[in-house]
Amino acid sequence: MALAKRIIPCLDVDCGRVVKGINFVDLVDAGDPLEQAHYYDEEGADELVFLDITATHEERGIMLDVVRHTADQIFIPLTVGGGLRCLEDMRRMLQAGADKISINSAALHDPELITRGAEAFGSQCMVVAIDVKCTEKGIWEVYTHGGRRPTGRDGLDWAVEAQERGAGELLVTSMDRDGTQDGYDLSLLSALDERLTIPIIASGGAGSLDDLRDAFLIGKAHAVLAASIFHFRKYTIGEAKAFLGRHGITMRET
Amino acid sequence: MVTVVDYGIGNLRSLEKALEHIGATVHRTDSPNDIVKATHLVLPGVGAFGACINEVRRRGLEQPILSVIDRGGPFLGVCVGMQMLFTVGLERGEHAGLGVLSGRVIPFAYQDSSYKVPHMGWNVISPRFASPLLAGLAQASRCYFVHSFHAEASDSGDVLATTEYGYVFPAVVARGNAFGVQFHPEKSQRVGLRILENFMRIQDSP
Repeated sequence: MALAKRIIPCLDVDCGRVVKGINFVDLVDAGDPLEQAHYYDEEGADELVFLDITATHEERGIMLDVVRHTADQIFIPLTVGGGLRCLEDMRRMLQAGADKISINSAALHDPELITRGAEAFGSQCMVVAIDVKCTEKGIWEVYTHGGRRPTGRDGLDWAVEAQERGAGELLVTSMDRDGTQDGYDLSLLSALDERLTIPIIASGGAGSLDDLRDAFLIGKAHAVLAASIFHFRKYTIGEAKAFLGRHGITMRET
Repeated sequence: MVTVVDYGIGNLRSLEKALEHIGATVHRTDSPNDIVKATHLVLPGVGAFGACINEVRRRGLEQPILSVIDRGGPFLGVCVGMQMLFTVGLERGEHAGLGVLSGRVIPFAYQDSSYKVPHMGWNVISPRFASPLLAGLAQASRCYFVHSFHAEASDSGDVLATTEYGYVFPAVVARGNAFGVQFHPEKSQRVGLRILENFMRIQDSP
């Protein structure tokens, strides 16, 4: 009888098509974000994240339609990130039906954007995404632009600033672990948990159910973002929840 | 038909679509006349208590909303829409609420830092007594919450269901046909849709 830990699948969307999502399942159209969203909703996903990786600005409008169609039919929280640069971008996405918007590079470029977003729309819908890589000195350095540009900023300091500016939640990706399936960076998660009073979504590195368990029990994460371990059907969300439940982690049953 | 008060704060699209999904016809309005005539009235709300109640008042909607509640028309406040039913809200200053229910809206406060705020995610609602609004829900049903403030009711008889996050707070409040839910039924999947369906089945009881 407590707040449930959340499992959040993330779908990469390019020009309205899922490019990193569920693989080899019997979907009529595996590239259709709505179809994949339905699938995960039925499986028991607690929220969904759409990451817009569309390269050109002209084609970004397509994402608004994707969000509209999805939010009209899926009644769990939907977070949208990728390419949101100003309040107007955020407003459009929220009006299309996103419940939260996630900002990354734009927030580092202009931290005031977090403050203004929180004032305009409320902290509850402001997710700040932070990509970090561990340096030789043992600090977690923040990267922007999809992990291509180092900023020299300490990730823990930036996390605290984002919180103070009104972020309602942080989505923290360990670039060292992302794609490795070696597990989440647990020391990063613990360090964030000690410093922050807002919830953390852990991202980057999930390869097994043990990794999800460790993110919750050791890293104290409130939610895990996972892509490939669900997309490739290594495990279903139901299996993950049953496993985590057996380890004493509170889950929402569906 | 269900009338959703649209006073310019927040995105009502999800709520509207969820109501349509269960078969309701939705009328979004900020017209006092339309609100007074509503058969079922929904008051949403996101963001800060003060910003919401000020906008409701500025548009002259307080009396129309209260008149629906007074005549026993089914009313549902959602999130800050629920909080506004109370006497006073303490978010960024002190703001008088609609005063339908006696009590305050206060911030979550903890000694123990493991309780992160906002209270965000799926939590159990525990009914304290039977109500048509919560009919047919499985035991320990979870709803989606996201809020940093919660109600503190002076009269425990107004609290229809509670939720625990470090301590127990009101998740669903009710007096007669006036209901309020702290969570987001439009984001609470099947459980939330069932609650909206239940609400639409409630009839006037003057």
